[in-house]
Amino acid sequence: MGTSGSDFSFKTPERRIDALAGIKRRDFLSFCALMSATLGLGPSFIPKIAEAIEKATRRPSVIWLHFAECTGDSEAFIRSTNPSIEELILNILSIDYHETIMAASGEAAEGALQKAMKDNKGKYIAVCEGAIPLGTPPGPNAKKGDYLTIAGKTGLELAKEVCRDAAAIMCVGNCASFGGVQAQYPNPTGAVGVEEATGIPTLKVPGCPHNVVNSVAVVVNFLLLGSLPKTDKLGRPLFAYGKRIHDHCLRRAHFDAGQFVEKFGDAGAKDRWCLYKMGCKGPQTYHNCPTVEYNDGTSWPVKAGHGCIGCSEPKFWDNMAPFYERLPNIKLPGVEASADQIGFTLVGAAAAGAAVHGAYTFLNRKKFDPTLKDKEE
Amino acid sequence: MARHVIDPITRIEGHLRIEIEVENGKVKDAWSSGTLWRGFEVFLKNRDPRDAWIITQRVCGVCTTVHALASVKCVEDAIGIQIPDNARLVRNLIHGAQYVHDHIVHFYHLHALDWVDVVSALSADPKKTSELANSINPNAPDSGPGDFRVVQEKLKKFINSGQLGPFTNGYWGHPAYKLPPEANLMAVAHYLQALALQSRLARMHAIFGAKNPHIQTYVVGGVTSVADLNADSISEFLYILEEGKRFVDNVYLPDVLAVAPFYLDWASIGGGLKNYLSYGMFPGKGGKEPDSLWFPRGVIKDRDLTKVHPVDASKIKEEVTHAWYKYKNNGPLHPSAGETDPWYTGIETGKPDGKYSWLKTPRYDDMPCEVGPLSRMLVNYVSGHKSTVENVNNVLKALGVGPEILFSTLGRTAARAIETKVIADEMGAWMNELIANIKRGDLETFTDYKMPDKASGFGMTEAPRGALGHWIEIKGGKIDNYQLIVPTTWNGSPRDAQGRRSSFEEALIGTPVHDPKQPVEILRTIHSFDPCLACSVHVIDPVTNEVYETRAI
Repeated sequence: MGTSGSDFSFKTPERRIDALAGIKRRDFLSFCALMSATLGLGPSFIPKIAEAIEKATRRPSVIWLHFAECTGDSEAFIRSTNPSIEELILNILSIDYHETIMAASGEAAEGALQKAMKDNKGKYIAVCEGAIPLGTPPGPNAKKGDYLTIAGKTGLELAKEVCRDAAAIMCVGNCASFGGVQAQYPNPTGAVGVEEATGIPTLKVPGCPHNVVNSVAVVVNFLLLGSLPKTDKLGRPLFAYGKRIHDHCLRRAHFDAGQFVEKFGDAGAKDRWCLYKMGCKGPQTYHNCPTVEYNDGTSWPVKAGHGCIGCSEPKFWDNMAPFYERLPNIKLPGVEASADQIGFTLVGAAAAGAAVHGAYTFLNRKKFDPTLKDKEE
Repeated sequence: MARHVIDPITRIEGHLRIEIEVENGKVKDAWSSGTLWRGFEVFLKNRDPRDAWIITQRVCGVCTTVHALASVKCVEDAIGIQIPDNARLVRNLIHGAQYVHDHIVHFYHLHALDWVDVVSALSADPKKTSELANSINPNAPDSGPGDFRVVQEKLKKFINSGQLGPFTNGYWGHPAYKLPPEANLMAVAHYLQALALQSRLARMHAIFGAKNPHIQTYVVGGVTSVADLNADSISEFLYILEEGKRFVDNVYLPDVLAVAPFYLDWASIGGGLKNYLSYGMFPGKGGKEPDSLWFPRGVIKDRDLTKVHPVDASKIKEEVTHAWYKYKNNGPLHPSAGETDPWYTGIETGKPDGKYSWLKTPRYDDMPCEVGPLSRMLVNYVSGHKSTVENVNNVLKALGVGPEILFSTLGRTAARAIETKVIADEMGAWMNELIANIKRGDLETFTDYKMPDKASGFGMTEAPRGALGHWIEIKGGKIDNYQLIVPTTWNGSPRDAQGRRSSFEEALIGTPVHDPKQPVEILRTIHSFDPCLACSVHVIDPVTNEVYETRAI
């Protein structure tokens, strides 16, 4: 991980444009290898991933919507290095609507959205960032969802309009997935995740923000197999959310040995001991941070000496707080069964992979489920 | 007179609507609306004060880290503790890295397309483009004819695919674009370079801060990444910083200087307000504020560049005449005595007293003020801040203009580039201080404390977009009240009771508009402020602390 980077500072001879996709071949294959590893597919899939992307004559259209959010998930997206964000924009995807990067504003932006929906009806990927406020503000003429309006429409209206005809819907970040920061008690705007707001099933890549390696892997899975990856019952892909942080944490040996940081900056902290007593929520959190890390594999919270806050879990702002208080009911030190049970109890059967959704669940669901339309409206 | 609405304004953080009234091809009046409300102060109530920074950092994922900083500062102020020197330095480094990253992303990815015609780049001659690039700066990276040919081919292939992605419906060919094709091609090449670079620069945050966006290394009392204060991490940080500095010196600043002469008319457009406010940032040894701040705190009134006035936080007040809230009696009110009673009316820009935004209207000493890079550079400049004076003078000299051009859309954009250089150049010194501490065996990163039962505090700093303040009241060891006054509330708010406009609206007055359906000129001025709407929309309710009724279904 973390091999590619900017080479802007070196004078280069004229570079050959790759006949296939404008991506340097070596970089492209290393991207395919990363995707294959992230998805848990094994080396034999590397050429298949390469082939699937190269064969695509038309780049898949992506419509990226912003609701109640902080744009952190868009920022995370543009940090992608493998493939680089340039490759994603120019060669792999067709990002037809994305308010943070698009040239057009106002009517011209609206036009781009309508055109993308029309030209790619039933085929585009809707990426949702942010929660949908369903509350009604006090005041004259206020209606449901008026806490957020875009081009005169509420977030809810926009979400329904765009998600209805998507081939797949991917929620990036905890807000679109489960409501996120604004949905914490007492949830003043009535914010909920996109699936809950629209009644349309979504695939979720939660995190605060999402890890772009995982969301890109979802897209690759889609391009490769024409389907979305297998998920847990919450709709999170198992390749990224199938294991607890605690179970593949580099500091796990210290937990087992009963070696804990007791105070920030103490001797244990200097030796990277376990952060459980400092409030780490790793034992309750399903996410692949310890292996994928962030920003091109640079670091992740536990590595930086701070406990996990559980940002891939629903309602973590309420359920995991206070963030500096330790989880209750975990016997210490080194009583395996008890700590394991905590996570198991919380996520229940999903942890065992017993309630795995088939990928088709999220694919143009209406075709499979004619009742869904009624539910939406 | 025709009214025109631009909604959404793109290439910003958040949800912004701008309405303009155009007469004889110029903006005669303007209304700026924030169209999202999330309610941070409401859900911060009763939370553990130690958690506040984690929550408030989610106010904004673009100016990530700055709310985290303001938040830990306000809690530390309430408790009355001083953080260790290493923690101050790690925070300064993370804060500085935010500027180097964020300003570059703003210029190339949020602002450049207002000045650069991407389609025109297709007709450029790569050889002449190379000559142009080398004439501006002989050290420019990736500037051979072959480099520009590769970029042009890439662009050609992309446009010929018929799938224009984010460039769909851009205002290509608009007469307001003035750059020759070669300059456009050079800018497109740098747009792509900066795209790759920014993901590298963000790693400066990850090295000591776990990840970007949304670092996870601050705590009330210091920082947690004590184990990362090692040679590996430090040298990696410095290496990336060096890349950033080279880009600022060889690409970013030269690009601003190269583009500016084609757009000198924008040095007298978009000036807007005449008062400039900066809280200052980057505490020095001992951490005393404002005395030790490397960027000074101050206010400039009426564009008088002979005097910087001190900032008195008690003179900050907010009012809601045109915002979607109601006060029990007339405002304006100091934040510590503020009220919140949301009252949504829909957009009422047609009525003289109509409400049209979720942003409240802040005033300092009853004056509307601009905040952001221009304010900081002016306050620094007039205060005699050495490297600011030097760099501002260099830019003015290179363009052959006087300081009066700074009061404009172009000036704001130039100030941001100058600031990036000033900060990037200083960061190595902070790292040297950190190294010296470590060499002495000082690895202290955390000051222990006991959370008081009752206390109040405030934390002031600067976000890339301007002055940022957090205020906290602690009762029973929990957050009793939490308030934020943030940059885009100053700049993007609706007019006040006296009808005085805030920065966005005022700066738009007189802006030429060739075709209101292709409002590239409006975007230039609005983007020059680098709006961040998620930061700006919030409520304050310290009196009743009521969580008002929600009719969520």
